[in-house]
Amino acid sequence: MSRSGERFYQTGTFAVGGRLLGEDQRAVQSDPARSNAITKGHRACQGCGEALGARYALDAALRATGGRLIAANATGCLEVFSTPYPESSWQLPWIHSLFANAPAVASGVAAALRAKGREDVRVVGQGGDGGTVDIGLACLSGMFERGDDVLYICYDNQGYMNTGVQRSAATPPAARTATTEPLGSDPGNAFGQGKSAPLIAMAHEIPYVATATVADLRDLEAKVARAMGLHGPRYIHVLVPCPLGWGSATAETILIARLAKESGLFPVFEALDGRITDVARIRRQVPVSEYLRRQKRFAHLFDGDGRPDVVERLQALADRNIERFALTAPATGGEHAGTGGGDSGGAGDDGGNSSGEERADAGIGLLDALAVSERGS
Amino acid sequence: MRRQLEGSQAVAQTVARCRPQVVSAYPITPQTHIVEGISRLVRTGELNGCEFVNVESEFAACSVAIGASATGARTYTATASQGLLYMAEALFNASGLGLPIVMTVANRAVGAPINIWNDHSDAMALRDCGWIQLYAADNQEAVDLHVQAYRIAEQLSLPVMVCMDGFVLTHAFEPLEVPTQEQIDEFLPAFEPRQVLDPDEPMTIGAMVGPEAFTEVRYLAYAKHIQALDTITRVAEDFREHFGRSSGGLLESHRSTDAETVVVALGSVFGTVAQVVDELREQGVSIGALAVKSYRPFPAQELSRALRAARRVVVLERALAVGGGGIVSADVRTALWRHPVDVHAVIAGLGGRAITRRSLRALLDRAAGGKLGEVEFLDLRRDIVERQLEPAAGAERPGPHAESILRELGAVRAEPV
Repeated sequence: MSRSGERFYQTGTFAVGGRLLGEDQRAVQSDPARSNAITKGHRACQGCGEALGARYALDAALRATGGRLIAANATGCLEVFSTPYPESSWQLPWIHSLFANAPAVASGVAAALRAKGREDVRVVGQGGDGGTVDIGLACLSGMFERGDDVLYICYDNQGYMNTGVQRSAATPPAARTATTEPLGSDPGNAFGQGKSAPLIAMAHEIPYVATATVADLRDLEAKVARAMGLHGPRYIHVLVPCPLGWGSATAETILIARLAKESGLFPVFEALDGRITDVARIRRQVPVSEYLRRQKRFAHLFDGDGRPDVVERLQALADRNIERFALTAPATGGEHAGTGGGDSGGAGDDGGNSSGEERADAGIGLLDALAVSERGS
Repeated sequence: MRRQLEGSQAVAQTVARCRPQVVSAYPITPQTHIVEGISRLVRTGELNGCEFVNVESEFAACSVAIGASATGARTYTATASQGLLYMAEALFNASGLGLPIVMTVANRAVGAPINIWNDHSDAMALRDCGWIQLYAADNQEAVDLHVQAYRIAEQLSLPVMVCMDGFVLTHAFEPLEVPTQEQIDEFLPAFEPRQVLDPDEPMTIGAMVGPEAFTEVRYLAYAKHIQALDTITRVAEDFREHFGRSSGGLLESHRSTDAETVVVALGSVFGTVAQVVDELREQGVSIGALAVKSYRPFPAQELSRALRAARRVVVLERALAVGGGGIVSADVRTALWRHPVDVHAVIAGLGGRAITRRSLRALLDRAAGGKLGEVEFLDLRRDIVERQLEPAAGAERPGPHAESILRELGAVRAEPV
């Protein structure tokens, strides 16, 4: 799932990548003439993953459509922080109706455009995990099964952050929320609940489903561009850490998103017509504890004697993802054909490595070698 | 040309000739024949340039209409009963956003107990959602109101509900005049939206408003409905000039101007009421009837003027405010606050129970004798309710009245086999 022909050893910044790359491979955000879908002045918290993800996603969609784009937004953080009366951050035509109906509103926009013969204009629906995975799921499913020409993007911060950090069906097991307080011996959110909206989307056999994180924004941009190159219902699920709700440092949003992916807790993949066609392999696998420890919502697992048994169960979830999505399997070239962006092996991919880790460990070395050999260099 | 047509089919053809560009609908009895009719017209190409969206719920039906209307499409949906309540949140949203959606409500009772027959519980429950509510007395008026509804909606940028009684109108066959395409094109200009989602002029629709301006926004909604009173009147007049028949408007009087007793009613029962009024007039009773055609906005001043001479007003209520009493009668009382008039709420025809001439005559005889209470129930089966209200009756078997009544009547077994 590499998005460029170059491998970067620099970390954390795309400006570097933009300079080193050819014009056609540069990030949308490196373009000074980008559309700035969400412009300055919005009220998102410091370190907000959703503001970041939405900006990259919509700017990429705007570029892919030549600026011919309409967005329908669900109620939630993104809506509230972007449109405080009497201001709006949105630089594209944008409608907010209700919490549960963004996919249906987007369907309505698409139907109107079709009826009016406006084939040049495309539609994006978007919302948080509450508006998508929980209360909006019926409308989302309806939009999928009808085959409406809508890209729906879910910015998943794993809870109802706008209302004060309550549990959603996307909240991970054991996490503390305001409605899953860690009291007693079985702390936080229950195991065995919740649902995967990307897999539900895939079950509809829609043309395109992808997951992404704000740790790899080039990947997110590429996936949005890819989605806009297709028609029919498409779904992108972006993991967007929430410093407020997760109890993480505002400077660590990107790092935490990366650890979610590198631990295997959040598999990053792409699926066409209900079949997984590509996964972002883990570059340097980390134990889940490395991800969990940085977030106060999991602090009860590490206080005092801690709850190694619960951490173990979370590790088992990550291990299951790694096996199920083949997150550590070496690249096999052929299956990635056509995933765009000069893709070959995923190992060389870098949207910026976390904090200057050495790339010397054996697993990565092997993958790197494979990737390099595939390129024949 | 008048043709023998089912109400629903006539409405479907009329709506189609209003050239909606997006129709979204979810099936619910007794609205289904209308949207089936429209989907057929889209399918056959008779209704060109229209997207018919089969949605997964009424909530989605209204939401699709919201998105489509905000994108500048003329939009239509239809529902009834539980469906109307299921779209409640979206209804408030559509009116708050000022989207001129037109919707047929095939009025039906709201459960529990589940009941598919006609009354006005559904529309009355949503009377304050900001939509204009027009009530049709017969199928010709239902047809005509849809044409007027688009003019009113688009002129004011407000959504309009056309309420027609479920089954009584939707499934009734009558000789009807469906306006021709040419007539409607002449009466109804192309939709020019006040606000539209368009990349050429990016606009934010649906922003948040806090305490600093929310009251003002709500006041403007109120002011717009006051303005609508005028628009509804003018559109009805214009309709009469174009089509040569009267339909719609705010109120319709039937011998009420000088009447001592006036019956106020909404919807299809008005025909029966008018008949009874005629019978009583022949006997020298000073009685008349007044139909409320526009319930939201409520024409309080016009109603007050129309009832100037009345000493007694009997409001036929097709819905019940549990814990309150009458619904329309509360509006009537408010409108008549300067007049010393007795206003009686008569709850009638719930869940499809027929309102017969005989019952109405008995009721109005009692009214003339000054024997009506503040809230009355027409044709209430006292034998059933009294048994249920006996102190011991419910004690052993707590639970829904409906099941308990069925046990009483022997319709279901009292004990498990």
